[in-house]
Amino acid sequence: MSDINYELNLTVNGERGSFRVSPRLSLADFLREELHLTGTHVGCEQGACGACTVRYNGDQVRACLMYAVQAEGAEVETIEGITESGELAALQEAFHRNNALQCGFCTPGMLIAAADLLKHNPSPDRDQIRAGISGNYCRCTGYHSIVDAVAETCSGGTKEATQ
Amino acid sequence: MSEKPHLSVLDRPNSYIGRSVPRPNARRLLAGRGQYPSNVSLPRMVHVAFARSPFAHARIVGVDTEAARQAPGVVGVFVGEDIAKICQPWVGTLEHFAGMKSAPQYPLAHNVVRWQGEPVVAVVAQTRALAEDALELLLIDYEELPAVTDPETALDPDTPLIHPELGDNLVFGSKVEAGDIERAFAEADLVVEDEFHFGRHTGVTLEPRVVVADYDPSEERLTAYHGTQTPYQMQDVYARHLGLAEENVRVVVKDIGGAFGIKLHVHGEEMTTCALSMLLKRPVKWSADRLESFVSDIHARDHRVRARLALTKDGRILGYDVDDLTGVGAYSVYPRTSAVEGNQVIKLVGAPYTQQHYRAVLKVVLQNKNVMSQYRAVGHPIAFTVTEALVDKAAAELGLDPMELRARNYVPDDAYPYKSASGFTYEGLSLQRSLEKLKEMIGYPELREEQRGLRDKGVYRGIGIATFVEITAPGPAFYGVGGARISSQDGCSMKLEPSGKVQLAISVNELGQGTETIVAQIAATELGIAMEDIRVVTGDTGATPYGGAAWASRGAAIGGEVTVRAARALRDSILEVAGASLQTSPSELDLRDSLVVSREDGEELISLAEVGRIAYFRSDTLPPGFQPQLSVVRHYSPQGLPFAFTNGVHASYVEVDVDTGLVRLLNHWVVEDCGRVLNPKLVDEQARGGVAQGIGMALFEECLYSADGQLTNGSLADYLVPLSSELPDIEVAHIETPSQYSEIGAKGAGEAGTAASPAAIMNAVNDAIAPLGGRVTAMPMTPERILRSLKRI
Ligand code: FES
Ligand code: FES
Repeated sequence: MSDINYELNLTVNGERGSFRVSPRLSLADFLREELHLTGTHVGCEQGACGACTVRYNGDQVRACLMYAVQAEGAEVETIEGITESGELAALQEAFHRNNALQCGFCTPGMLIAAADLLKHNPSPDRDQIRAGISGNYCRCTGYHSIVDAVAETCSGGTKEATQ
Repeated sequence: MSEKPHLSVLDRPNSYIGRSVPRPNARRLLAGRGQYPSNVSLPRMVHVAFARSPFAHARIVGVDTEAARQAPGVVGVFVGEDIAKICQPWVGTLEHFAGMKSAPQYPLAHNVVRWQGEPVVAVVAQTRALAEDALELLLIDYEELPAVTDPETALDPDTPLIHPELGDNLVFGSKVEAGDIERAFAEADLVVEDEFHFGRHTGVTLEPRVVVADYDPSEERLTAYHGTQTPYQMQDVYARHLGLAEENVRVVVKDIGGAFGIKLHVHGEEMTTCALSMLLKRPVKWSADRLESFVSDIHARDHRVRARLALTKDGRILGYDVDDLTGVGAYSVYPRTSAVEGNQVIKLVGAPYTQQHYRAVLKVVLQNKNVMSQYRAVGHPIAFTVTEALVDKAAAELGLDPMELRARNYVPDDAYPYKSASGFTYEGLSLQRSLEKLKEMIGYPELREEQRGLRDKGVYRGIGIATFVEITAPGPAFYGVGGARISSQDGCSMKLEPSGKVQLAISVNELGQGTETIVAQIAATELGIAMEDIRVVTGDTGATPYGGAAWASRGAAIGGEVTVRAARALRDSILEVAGASLQTSPSELDLRDSLVVSREDGEELISLAEVGRIAYFRSDTLPPGFQPQLSVVRHYSPQGLPFAFTNGVHASYVEVDVDTGLVRLLNHWVVEDCGRVLNPKLVDEQARGGVAQGIGMALFEECLYSADGQLTNGSLADYLVPLSSELPDIEVAHIETPSQYSEIGAKGAGEAGTAASPAAIMNAVNDAIAPLGGRVTAMPMTPERILRSLKRI
């Protein structure tokens, strides 16, 4: 395919690599199809649902809204890398205890969004949690248990969990 | 064998039943290790993209595929006739729906397109992007035909016919009658009536529909990695329509990114993709993008209901008179049809009440719009919105509290079994207890007081109550008798591994609702082992017994029961081997903590691992002629009544901004009775997720069509799905009235949240704006509709 002609150098989950990609390949498709990091999901390809949320130089971004070539020189982290570093362990445990996922399709993006929220506000109340994750759709849970899980993970540990 | 009866699974020591055990399989999903069909990639795999009709109704005059064929990376271009050569069309009718009709539907449009978005041409290329590039090069000539979009005029004589061979645009008509409805209304002290509109919406599974079809001509074998909630049904459909042997079709679905009833219908894209794999003899992948989902995933609801309710002056309900018109798009959907929802509506209105008189009329009509069929809580949100909105209206006219009017008319808790006016038999419901529990839960008097106090300050809050009675876990009378090859039974197999651990394979599959967890809870309890020692396999027609899988809230009721039976059989087999080895009667033995113990005094005899070792490697030490049987399989189809009816009641507390028309949801409560609760947390979460989808229906979601049949909001930016910031906390409580027809006693739980939440919210909104003379009877209750009812715009 003739348009695979852009060089891309970046670090994904701590591993550096060089690739040749099409300029129109989205970062989400690059991660999923070239690197087989299928924990990054695609739900809309329009920036609406948040299923494709990853970290880009430490900030959460929607991988469907970026071209892979824009990540030249960047550090990208996906759910696979963030899980293995253990950084999300407490949040993942709380999600598990609270059954804050059903189909799990929103979950990687939701975890990254929730971690980002907690980074900026270590002890949000329930309304702040709801606002903080409002860019991530979940069609299964109705969000209540996700709010419970995030509330449990706050600095206080179990702040305002309803259980 | 034992003379003494076994302990029921409910009475065993260390029981997992009724415990909120977290889902073991959720860990994988939390780590981004889900195995969704959208992740599947196979060697030599190519991708298909579809050219879709830009018109709601048009004749295909010509298709020029030449330029597309020459485009880079293109492997093939296929029109309707190419696919029709190897894929038989289907007709979405059921034989027990008298007079029902629909036209043959082809995987790709055949001569005429009948909705905007109907797939017309398939382009296969090395990547999805290249396939989409080539779509641009197709030249398709259409001759536009008049579009039929308004269900109200679909049956008028001068309305064009969508399928001329059918003679009219009617798919199905039906009527349910009981008592003497004319007299009841003539003699009633009070009659209230309304016309209700329910918009079209859709499921919006976060993972769109996907299939990877892999046909191997050397074995004539098709493997479909298909995001479906009914793999066995799809095995049957693929085999029959593609002319393959059923045993050569394998459907695999490990994880699935949401289903909700959307992913059990036959859609043309999946059929085409499988046909393409056969034609190209290599794997072909189709994954819907979001726009494709909006124009081709089945839509739901779309009802106009005119209804009236007759009462005596002391608030006794005499009967409902209902007229439901539903527009179902261009075809009745295969194989479950598009008439089941309406058919449930006309049997469920007034279901909680002791009405003697009843009439409900249904008309299901065609339109040049995307097809419509069953989605979570099929018919229930329509029926209970109609039922409960009229109850509230009557309560207001009679000056009665809405709780009181309901309590006076519920089928009493001691009246079961009870036959409803529409002919259903309820085994056992708890309407009165549920309402009492709800009142307590919400602090009803205090809430009313708060509402009154705020009203004086110009803050308009409303409290809405809505009851439901729900059809769950249907038996073969639902689809099977109508000729549809949709199984109402499920199968479970289990084997003891040599290690003493257990593998369990079951046909009820995992959609995230927790099936794998509850069956492990049940099997572990019955076998006296830890849940961690059970490996559950689901979602592979090549690896599990045949069954219905996941539809109509059947996992716990049917899947749970078949698991008890299979576990009991394995337990008996284990005890036989242990008895043979220990030279004692199996009836003297029991299982506990992965050990065979003496039934009498609990003495520890041998481990399950030792039973496995002896059975598999040292059968020479067993008595001559004894053959251990440590793999078992059991099947179970619901018995007793055709459905396991459940019940419950919702309450919604809202605040309406009467200047902007915006509704703020303050709280939502559910009391539900789904029989025995196997895992309370999982049931709560089903209720919450279901409520969220009901909230979407009530306030946000609508597929908007222009008058000429163009979908105008086919993106997640334009179609409003409820967000975390818009939803309230949702509190759930349970009453348990176990079914007596099964040992496990569980009934369905997956749809109760959706069944009555829209009704509760409509009642709450109307309660809030009643002092200003407003009343809304159309969903979604958008700010515009609310402001119009308040005459502010
Ligand atoms: S896929 Fe990126 S936001 Fe939905
Ligand atoms: S768990 Fe299914 S979308 Fe959130």
